[in-house]
Amino acid sequence: MNRVGRQGPFNNLRAPRESRVHERYLRHSKRFPNVWCAGCGIGIVLGAIIRAVDGLRLDKNDVALLSGIGCTGRMPVYVDFNTMHTTHGRALAFATGLKMVRPKMKVIVVMGDGDALAIGGNHFIHAARRNIGLTAIVVNNATYGMTGGQYSPTTPTDARAATAPYGHIEQPFPITELAAASGAAFVARSTVFHVQELEKYIAQATVKEGFSVVEAVSYCHTTLGRINRWGTAPDMMRRLKEQSITLGRAEQMSEEEKRDKIVRGVFVDRDIPEYTQLYDRIIERAQAGGR
Amino acid sequence: MTPYPTTKSNVTLMQGDQACAEGAIAAGCRFFAGYPITPATEIAEVLARRLPQIGGKFIQMEDEIASIAAVIGASVGGVKSMTATSGPGLGLMQENIGYAAMTEIPCVVVDVQRLGPSTGRPTSPSQGDVMQARWGTHGDHPIIALSPASVRETFDLTVQAFNFSERYRTPVMLLMDEVIGHMRERVELPDLEAIERVERPATTVPPEWYKPFENFPADVPPLVPFGEGHRYHLPGLHHDERGYPTNRVDEVQPWLDRVFRKIDRSLSEILLYEEDEIEDAVTLVVAYGVVSRSARSAVEMARERGRKVGFLKLKTIWPFAEEVVEHAAARLHRVVVPELNLGQLALEVERVVGRHKVRRVNRADGEMIQPAEILAAIEERE
Repeated sequence: MNRVGRQGPFNNLRAPRESRVHERYLRHSKRFPNVWCAGCGIGIVLGAIIRAVDGLRLDKNDVALLSGIGCTGRMPVYVDFNTMHTTHGRALAFATGLKMVRPKMKVIVVMGDGDALAIGGNHFIHAARRNIGLTAIVVNNATYGMTGGQYSPTTPTDARAATAPYGHIEQPFPITELAAASGAAFVARSTVFHVQELEKYIAQATVKEGFSVVEAVSYCHTTLGRINRWGTAPDMMRRLKEQSITLGRAEQMSEEEKRDKIVRGVFVDRDIPEYTQLYDRIIERAQAGGR
Repeated sequence: MTPYPTTKSNVTLMQGDQACAEGAIAAGCRFFAGYPITPATEIAEVLARRLPQIGGKFIQMEDEIASIAAVIGASVGGVKSMTATSGPGLGLMQENIGYAAMTEIPCVVVDVQRLGPSTGRPTSPSQGDVMQARWGTHGDHPIIALSPASVRETFDLTVQAFNFSERYRTPVMLLMDEVIGHMRERVELPDLEAIERVERPATTVPPEWYKPFENFPADVPPLVPFGEGHRYHLPGLHHDERGYPTNRVDEVQPWLDRVFRKIDRSLSEILLYEEDEIEDAVTLVVAYGVVSRSARSAVEMARERGRKVGFLKLKTIWPFAEEVVEHAAARLHRVVVPELNLGQLALEVERVVGRHKVRRVNRADGEMIQPAEILAAIEERE
């Protein structure tokens, strides 16, 4: 089931690329510029999604892009797919209904860390538990950017935030571990610095049958970064490069050594039955008289 | 006669919750998402069994918030969809009901009302969600709410809820209550072929011209399902005709005007009610849902005693039938409004006919209003 995902469609990622692929996917009827601050990583994730979809040769009509609320929630409006900008934290639940009635559709859900894991945490773990064929992309900037830098479920302990003026005393959620433990079929993490890797993981997640999660580690230089004096966008981008290590390298390091590292790689890739396909069997069973 | 798959003939003994589920199927509902809650759980149980038999789909979500979200998502996919809950769950659904109102997505929300507030008395009837149904989500928006008074009416109004929802691109609430939901009655269901089903109008324009929120002549722009070539955006933000977020008042105001206009101009179709001997009445009883059964008995008892009492039974409670009540009450001295709450729809009646004319008969302790209590209000001296 997964073989196509590992080889076929991804070969062309290495081939010479059209330089402005995104122009064929952005909505030119939409009034630009976009809402994001200069230097933000969310646009990089959007670019990676577009190039991944383009690389997979998917028909735009067969792709839905859903989001919740927040900076990342503003992403779908710019792209010429079937798009919904839903309520805070609930995008996965909306996507579940859509996927149930349109199982052939590639339903991609983009969320921020607060959207996916605080207000939407319940939907996140249950979508994973169900293993419904959605692609969840969590843009993790460790804060609520749109409302001005309050602490989120992934804000590092001891950081300062608009709502943690004396330092943050909670521990951050490990998104990939949470997704893996909840039953996701595919879990990967990359950063907005490692653009090609991010694109590859998004492509793999999109073709994966079952619930797939890609954590795209980003930053917010205008809120959390400013409050903590973490520097400019290039400074924070450089830190993503310096702090991150591959999964292979992480396996050779001690817990102490990798404590402040961002581990990149594919953490879970397993073939488990996808929900809408299982439901088709329920229909067959019901129509055969319940046997 | 075309018997229903679950029955041997059209005449059967059926519970209100079951009638709701069968009505949904008869209306063309093929997706249900819900979360267990007394006294609405039976609707989910029936549909979990019935929907896959006819190629539909059922899912039990992690909570009511997710249930209504999945229902809206499925409706965007082009499938008639429904959820069912009770007061506490309806509270959780409100934000997404607002999303459905904002994006004009057809869906049916069944609320089998139980006594509140909070956990209240889960197995006792109530009409305590009348205002929640109208104003539960924030902001100004139109809503349609229907309230059945019998098992057969539950079937009919469930079909009607879907038809209104599809025709006007709006969420529709069906306000049942614990008694109607759990009561079993002998019902004669209509022939399946004879049931009127409204389907979502298709667009006639090519994808590049399609605007999901166009200021359409009929005020209800066609909604094309996702995945059929008309790619567009559905936002909870205020939006222009294409669905793109806007802060411009010259784009926000026309949307507001249109969504209210699409309901207001169709009131003659949307307002469902029964009136009885109103012409020469001195006193009018206005009731809805399960209480209208007690009210009808009270009206008959009063007439036997020679009193001229008219009866107005509302099936559509939102939008409120202002003109119907106003017209009926014009010559009257008294309007009696019995409700299983401490006065919710009575506020609307008072607004229309004046406070001095209205006698409220209320109970919010989980017990039914007896005909004698309504009769006393009819006969009470000035």
